[in-house]
Amino acid sequence: MDIKRYDVIVIGAGPAGLSAAIEASKAGMNVIVFDENAKPGGQLFKQIHKFFGSKEHKAKVRGFKIGEELLAEADKLGVTVVLNATVIGLYAEKEVTVRIDDAICHYKGDAIIVATGAAENMVTFRGWTKPGVIGAGAAQTMMNLHQIKPGNRILMLGSGNVGLVVSYQLMQAGCEVVALVDAAPKIGGYGVHAAKVARTGVPFYLSHTIVEAEGEEYVEGVTIAEVDSSFQFIPGTEKHFDVDTICLAVGLSPMSQLLKALGCDMVEDPKRGGYVPECDEYGETSIRGVFVAGDVSGIEEASSAMIEGRIAGVAAAYELGFMEKEELDEKIAIHEHALDTLRQGMFTPKNRGKVLEKTEEGCPVSTNLLKKGYLTDEEVFAYPGVTKQAGVHPVMECSQNIPCNPCQDACPKGCISIGENITSLPVVVETAECIGCGMCVASCSGQAIFLVDESYEEEFATVTLPYEFLPLPKAGDKGKGLSRSGEVICDAEVVDVKSVKAFDHTSLLTIKVPKDMAMKARFYKEG
Amino acid sequence: MNILSDRSKDLGPFVPQPDDDILICRCEEVTKGEIREAVHAGMFTIEEIRRYLRCGMGLCQGQTCGKLVKGIVARELGVANTDLEPATSRAPMRPTEMRVLGNDGGNE
Amino acid sequence: MDRIKEHPILGETPEKKVVTFTYDGKEMQGLEGEPIAAALKAAGVMVHRYTKKKHEPRGIFCAIGRCTDCVMIVDGKPNIRTCITPLKEGMTVQTQYGVTAQK
Repeated sequence: MDIKRYDVIVIGAGPAGLSAAIEASKAGMNVIVFDENAKPGGQLFKQIHKFFGSKEHKAKVRGFKIGEELLAEADKLGVTVVLNATVIGLYAEKEVTVRIDDAICHYKGDAIIVATGAAENMVTFRGWTKPGVIGAGAAQTMMNLHQIKPGNRILMLGSGNVGLVVSYQLMQAGCEVVALVDAAPKIGGYGVHAAKVARTGVPFYLSHTIVEAEGEEYVEGVTIAEVDSSFQFIPGTEKHFDVDTICLAVGLSPMSQLLKALGCDMVEDPKRGGYVPECDEYGETSIRGVFVAGDVSGIEEASSAMIEGRIAGVAAAYELGFMEKEELDEKIAIHEHALDTLRQGMFTPKNRGKVLEKTEEGCPVSTNLLKKGYLTDEEVFAYPGVTKQAGVHPVMECSQNIPCNPCQDACPKGCISIGENITSLPVVVETAECIGCGMCVASCSGQAIFLVDESYEEEFATVTLPYEFLPLPKAGDKGKGLSRSGEVICDAEVVDVKSVKAFDHTSLLTIKVPKDMAMKARFYKEG
Repeated sequence: MNILSDRSKDLGPFVPQPDDDILICRCEEVTKGEIREAVHAGMFTIEEIRRYLRCGMGLCQGQTCGKLVKGIVARELGVANTDLEPATSRAPMRPTEMRVLGNDGGNE
Repeated sequence: MDRIKEHPILGETPEKKVVTFTYDGKEMQGLEGEPIAAALKAAGVMVHRYTKKKHEPRGIFCAIGRCTDCVMIVDGKPNIRTCITPLKEGMTVQTQYGVTAQK
């Protein structure tokens, strides 16, 4: 039997696996990566939104672009990525069996880095097996990889970041999202992600879940109902929607079966998303030389998966003698710092389940945002990014402490300050003068920055908002201004549309609205 | 200490629930009621239930229902999800035809 | 269900070669190399198979080859995951009943 040998075998070519392979390769190791899919990049190529974080986390770069950059980096280093290669077994002495075409091939590594990612969780309800009930990942795959609309009228279950981001992406693909539903009493994902969905008019139903998916052969409708605090349906609260698709976004579980089969010490840890291997700060499991990185060791964002991958790659290099202790410590310190930064703020795993009433700055947390997906007209003034000024100025409706700061660097005039702490809310620097360039609007991954000019005309103000839909309105178009909740509140005229390369596909729409609507109109709709 | 090691524990009678007919394992078409009944019949581990009902033994290998089955069994036993050991993981991790498994090493 | 011709972020969908295949004997067209499931979805086909025990309809669920709900009979072979199997000219795709084609 032929066994091929490598210094490091990486299982999974997603953000974590590729990052690990890159670092291991840089250290001079002979690396091979296996992935069961036809394309590398894991889920990154389905992520068409701009990522959060700081510059070193590639913030404000869209996920698929990060995927392209990672692949190019791996390619340049000569990392071998074998696709359509399913690892079906992982054994003691670091041997793996891989299905490639119609044969089982054997490989042996001195170190193994497992980066197999996660699988979607599901919920059951009457009719959940009908065609038309799909996972949120399926929706992303269909629309963002294969350019097929997953449905025309869709109900989304799940208000975590996946549910919110995928709802928005569905609308970008031209689908109608009729409602966003979650059994929890609070929106689970970032407020800014919820707000950009809410302002288009999608209603949020918290403390609601699906009673039944209706239809003979496939989904033709859905009934939801309110649930009480023990998640039991409250009779009489049923609501029906005509839909052709129901999308489920109810969390992810680590795909850790290979590690369990190998005999790694495992633990059931709800904060990490399920059944995960015990591992140290380098990602090394209870079996020496077997490392983990990314979602398989605990559900987080792709940004942290990439850093974990780099840590595992470097640690494997040190363990096999490809790196001196000094270099290891130096590299790990940089990566650990980046990881720590990403794990700050209101949404860190350690804050899961906690009720936070105030931001780090002491601003009240909006309950409306958590229940309905938008800040009220009054609440918005409680945050340091929102000020009243003469002339054009940024209005940053950023109300939760999340690790993200591209807006600070985006402004060429220094109008925006976040400071040292990456989770701080952005503050308007009133001494600096806004020139209305819109760089901040396009840089905000949460689409929470607007330019407002209340002195545009005697009776009228302008609002510049980020716009990522087609067809793109033109200057001179007349339509309606929508409130943060997506309600039509005034007439609006498009006075300017800016789409430049630096905005990376976020167009800036400037609409003219009655002056008293300047702090209320946040979206534009034709007609 | 652990209920799983005390097989004499009385779970009370099996009381049918209105959603017992909902499918849990999509591949092998096993319902919630069947899983609950299996627990009452004395099967306290995922491993036993899997062998008895085949839930999680179909084409997808428990990829979709694993967590759901665990939740149902835990609730029936009155224990936390974390107290239950998941089903054994073993190669092949993905459904693989016998002719492929037999083709060890390929043609090289 | 339509195809997305132009996308605000991804731009215009690149042209691909159109191929002909049969679905339950009917001639259909899809794009070469796209998953069989994508071509069926674009043509409005929702049901891929009927289950063995309860004879219930199933279709696309995970779209990444994990759940195996979208399996069909492709070129005579059952249990083919249509969501990850690329479409080729002249393929025969049939609804799967249990594990076989309709008797």
